[in-house]
Order: sequence, then structure tokens, then C-alpha cells
Amino acid sequence: MIRVKITPNNKQSQLQYIREISGVNINKCIQCTKCSAGCPASARMDILPHEIIRLLQLGQVEKIFHSKSIWNCASCFVCTERCPRNIDIARLIEAIRLTIIRQPGKSKFKPDDVPGIIDDKMPQQVLVSGFRKYNR
Amino acid sequence: MMYSYYPGCTLKTKAQDLERFALISAQVLGIELAEQQDWQCCGAVYPLAEDEIAGKLSAVRSLAAAHSKGEKLITLCAACHHVIKRVNADMYSNEFVRKRVNNYLQLPKNYNGEAKVLHYLELLRDDVGFSKLAEQVRMPLTGRKIGAYYGCLLLRPSNVMNFDDAENPSILEDFITALGATAVKYPFRTECCGGYLTVNDQEANEMAANIINSAIGLEVEEILTACPLCKYNLEKELGTNTKVRIVYFTELLAEALAIK
Repeated sequence: MIRVKITPNNKQSQLQYIREISGVNINKCIQCTKCSAGCPASARMDILPHEIIRLLQLGQVEKIFHSKSIWNCASCFVCTERCPRNIDIARLIEAIRLTIIRQPGKSKFKPDDVPGIIDDKMPQQVLVSGFRKYNR
Repeated sequence: MMYSYYPGCTLKTKAQDLERFALISAQVLGIELAEQQDWQCCGAVYPLAEDEIAGKLSAVRSLAAAHSKGEKLITLCAACHHVIKRVNADMYSNEFVRKRVNNYLQLPKNYNGEAKVLHYLELLRDDVGFSKLAEQVRMPLTGRKIGAYYGCLLLRPSNVMNFDDAENPSILEDFITALGATAVKYPFRTECCGGYLTVNDQEANEMAANIINSAIGLEVEEILTACPLCKYNLEKELGTNTKVRIVYFTELLAEALAIK
């Protein structure tokens, strides 16, 4: 587990917003790490799912906002499925993403990015889900 | 049997095979699928945030339309199925969502999650029956080694999707067996292919590679899927490798029914 400082007054409003729109009780986490062990995208993450929850518990949202992990979660729901404490981690990560992209100009995937990634076989589903996940 | 059918955007464009083979197979099996009028794109991903209501409206329109006809709603695309099924669960059990959606839509009658949503595979398993399906097979796929690829969206979260055992599912293997082929279980069959991450990261997709290598390692010749995005990601990763091909489950169904 990474060593962290408790900073309760830092970014309280954002933390509260994440709690609200996710509906997740982060205090239930017992750091068993099943979420991180099962995560198929963990190789693309600098902060693992159980570490994200730990940082949230300690009020250190800023570290999470700057991580690449939140953009590399595929919402595959393995973590949610396996959590022995019934914490919906996929929902939590979605709430963190939304806390960022709902701010003006913070969308991660924009219409101008489409020509750079599109090919003949790409299903519509890719672009629709891309915009839903990375754009507001 | 008469059902309401929800196709979804990708089945009308890049994934026409998934739909075409499903519809001709349904005719042979005596299943009447009536495409819903004025259906709208489901949004491809289920809106996870508690306060996201607009993204759930199109699913509710389809659900309410099927319910008003007294028909079950049939889906084919794994993503559409995931969205519609989860929104239906919200409409049934989440007062916050139900109230806001009904206030907005102003349907002739409030919708409260009463409709039953079935994926085409569930329709085959539960309403037709795999043993009945096996009796209809005209060209058994004998000797073909086929690996089922479930991916995420049909299975998880299992308490809502209620599709099969999320860790050790068997519906696709039972389907493959009913068609006369050999179902090969390989370790990565329920792992994620990377999904929409392809828009965020265009580099090598190790998630898709793991699935393909796991299947090839057990001499799988064809990987079966119900999701256009999974098919795209797996084929992209496969490139020019011809050791295995990625096939929609409906294509094999039509082949076994000798109508492809």
C-alpha cells in the first residue's frame, strides 16, 4: 500500500460530489485488493483501483485527478462483480471522470479527434461510447 | 411467438451480419421478431452516475413500448442489452430515476420497469430451448473447435444482468454444442477486450491480445461473440493473423440451420 498523508480539508467539495453522483460508500472498503487483482486494465494504470479508494478515503482526490488510471478504466465491471463489500468501483471511477469532464473545456475526447482514430470497420458503438465516457 | 425487437445503431451499419443472420434464423425457428417503430440509439454505455437521467430515456421508450404491447423485448447487441436491461432495473427499483424519467417522458401511462428484456441467446435458451434448437440443425458444425467469448456486458454485474454465472458461464458453450460443434473453454473468455478504450489509447491492445492468445493456445479456430465492439477490437488486434477468426454467434446459427 502506498504511504499517504491525511489531508481532510483538501478538495472536500469534489470528494462530496464524487460520493453523491456515484452513490458509493467508500468507507466500506477493507483494502482486500480483489478489484485490482482482477482488473484487466491494471497494466495501464498508475494508481490501482484499491489505491484509488484508499486515496478517496484519505481525501487525496488531486492525485487521482492527475492519474491516467481513471481514463483507462474500461467499465468492464469485474471489480464491481468481485468486491466482497459490494462497492461499485466502476461507478466510483465514472464519478471521478465526470467530476473532471463536466467542467467547461475538460472533455477528453472531442469531435476533432474522430478523424485521427476512425477506420472503415469501426462500429458506431465505439464513437457513441467514446463520447459518452469522455465528453460532456 | 411474437416479440418486440430492438436492433440498435451498429446493427444497421457496421454489424449488419449480426442482425441479418439472427432474423433469418428466427424465421426458421418460428420466432416472430417485430422491429420496434422509431427506436433510438441506446447510448452504447449505461450511464453509471446517479444523476444521469437523459442517457436513460431512449431505453425507457423502447421498454415502455414493448410493455404496452405485452411483448418481451429482444436485443442482439451485447451493449444495447446491457444498457436496456440496467435501465429497466433502475425503473423498477430506483425511485429517484423512475420519478424523473416519468416526469420527463410523460408517457400515456407511467413506466415502472415491468417489461421483460431478453437477449437473443436467452430467447434461444429459455423460450426455444437448446435441445429444440439442436433438433432444427440441418448442417451440424461437427469437428469445428469454437471458443465462446462472453466479454463483459452480457455477464456483469450479475445481480442485474442475471444472464449466467459471471465467473463460469456456459450459455454460449451450450449454444455451440447444440449446433454440433466442439465448445472449447479458454481462460480469458470472460475478460474485457478493452471496449471503448480504443478511443483513448491507440497503442497495442494487450487486453485483446490476451484473449486471442488464450484461445489460440487451446487450438480454438473460431471465437464467437455477440458484440460488434468486441469483434472490432479482437479483429484489429488479430491483424493479418489467420489462426483464428472472430464470428458473430448468429452467423454460426444460420450456418447450422443451413440458411446462410
